[in-house]
Amino acid sequence: MSSPDSAPAGVIHNIGYRGYDGERLSRRAITLALYTHGLRGAFGLGRAARSKVIPMGMAVVMLLPAVVLAVVAVVGEQMGQLSGPVVPYTRYAMILQAALAIFVAVAAPQSVSLDLRFHSLPLYLARPLARADYVRAKLTALTTAVFLLLAAPLLVMYLGSLAAGFDAASETADVAQALLGALLYAAVLSSVSLVIASLTSRRGFGIAAIVTVLVLSYSIVSSMQGVIAFDADDPTTAGWVGLFSPMTLVDGVQVWAFGVTTSTPAGPPNDLAGAAFLLTSLAVVALGYVVLNRRYRKVKV
Amino acid sequence: MNRTIIRLTAQGMLGGRRLWLLGALAALILVIAVATRLLAPGSPADGATVLRTIVFSTFLPLFGLIVGTGAIAPEIDDGSVVHLLAKPVSRHTIVQSKLVVAVGAVVALAVLPTVLAAVILGTGAQTVLAFGVGALAAGAVYAVLFLLLTLLTRHAVIIGLVYALIWESLVGSFVPGARNLSIQQWALSITDAIAPAGVVAADVGLGLACGLIVAVLVVGTWYAGNRLAALTLATED
Repeated sequence: MSSPDSAPAGVIHNIGYRGYDGERLSRRAITLALYTHGLRGAFGLGRAARSKVIPMGMAVVMLLPAVVLAVVAVVGEQMGQLSGPVVPYTRYAMILQAALAIFVAVAAPQSVSLDLRFHSLPLYLARPLARADYVRAKLTALTTAVFLLLAAPLLVMYLGSLAAGFDAASETADVAQALLGALLYAAVLSSVSLVIASLTSRRGFGIAAIVTVLVLSYSIVSSMQGVIAFDADDPTTAGWVGLFSPMTLVDGVQVWAFGVTTSTPAGPPNDLAGAAFLLTSLAVVALGYVVLNRRYRKVKV
Repeated sequence: MNRTIIRLTAQGMLGGRRLWLLGALAALILVIAVATRLLAPGSPADGATVLRTIVFSTFLPLFGLIVGTGAIAPEIDDGSVVHLLAKPVSRHTIVQSKLVVAVGAVVALAVLPTVLAAVILGTGAQTVLAFGVGALAAGAVYAVLFLLLTLLTRHAVIIGLVYALIWESLVGSFVPGARNLSIQQWALSITDAIAPAGVVAADVGLGLACGLIVAVLVVGTWYAGNRLAALTLATED
């Protein structure tokens, strides 16, 4: 044992830290990594098993009816009962909107609220990553996740229709329209949800707020449309009311652009309204992006 | 009941911008009533249908979820609940005090707007009363159930949402038996019993509905107190 006075007063030990002389990836590569991380995280991949329950459960809830419908199409065609899909592709999102709302409401706060809560943003921004890149990566990742969630059942139904031997050309055109609609659904729902989620660092509150906005607005709009269109016999006003909820908004765009049947009591009444629906949904996405950028400009590093 | 806990919970649940957000939700119900009255000046029965759909299927479950989980979940999340649990106050008293605030919020910001909306829609005194009592029953049961849920699991909000959105609307519309286990149907049963015939339809008998509501309120409150007594504090993943 050495005596205290013989011990050195101060020593810098070399504990073997080494410099990094490997390849340094670009800002784009970091954004891409953040995008991949966000996309995987939305489905719970790379996270604990219990974090997979809800995303995967909702994916199953989204897929099961499509599988059933595909089987029904094949069997029904063989029995000579059917000559086209039972449910139009473009209406699928609306029918399963509860599962869609829960998926996006869980995924959006998971993607941004925890970064706010644990102050991880400074760590991201210590890299050559701009704040706008962070927003872009998170927004596109969530949009892709919601699009995949919607597109997979549509493709299952499409394969079922092909297997049943329905008119391939018209089925392909229909499913292509529905996929475009799904992309718009994904973009609108993701930007609305991410804006809400970025305002709170509490995940539970974010989830409740997103579902409240998505589901309550739909419930209000559709029941008001019903009473205005049927009881007051005023489908024009009822059509315009559809502007006020994300789900009916995108449904209105599909009705106007593709001429499909509406999932709400009343679609956009004329071309002017249809254009307004399309412009509004694009504006929602653009505004969501702008608001997120402004929000993240204020997050302290 | 403990006044200090009631005051602190009310501050946490309704303090700052949260009061404005919840107030905006309540105001929305009134806006809808006015808009429906203006855009569809039809029979009051249609107005009652709109109100029933919006309030009972969506608004009350979501509102109950927000106040039920908001009463205690934030404290458990950030760990400050230990300060509360360290006080010489019975855990049952804590739960009851928190429920008083949650149910008070339901009455002020959900039941009252529903009653006012029914008045605006001109549904008649009996229907107004029916909607008020039904909304109170549903709101109180949701608040108790979701508060209990936050003490059972850290994923109370998600499980509550799955119950409110998928079980009550999707499963209930395909499997008739599931309606016996739907809070919405219990409340509608009470509303149906008070309102004039034909305003709302319920699938659950009045006796069963009242029994289940009282049972959930009493057992839920008692069990929540028990769970709080055995609460383990774990970190979030």
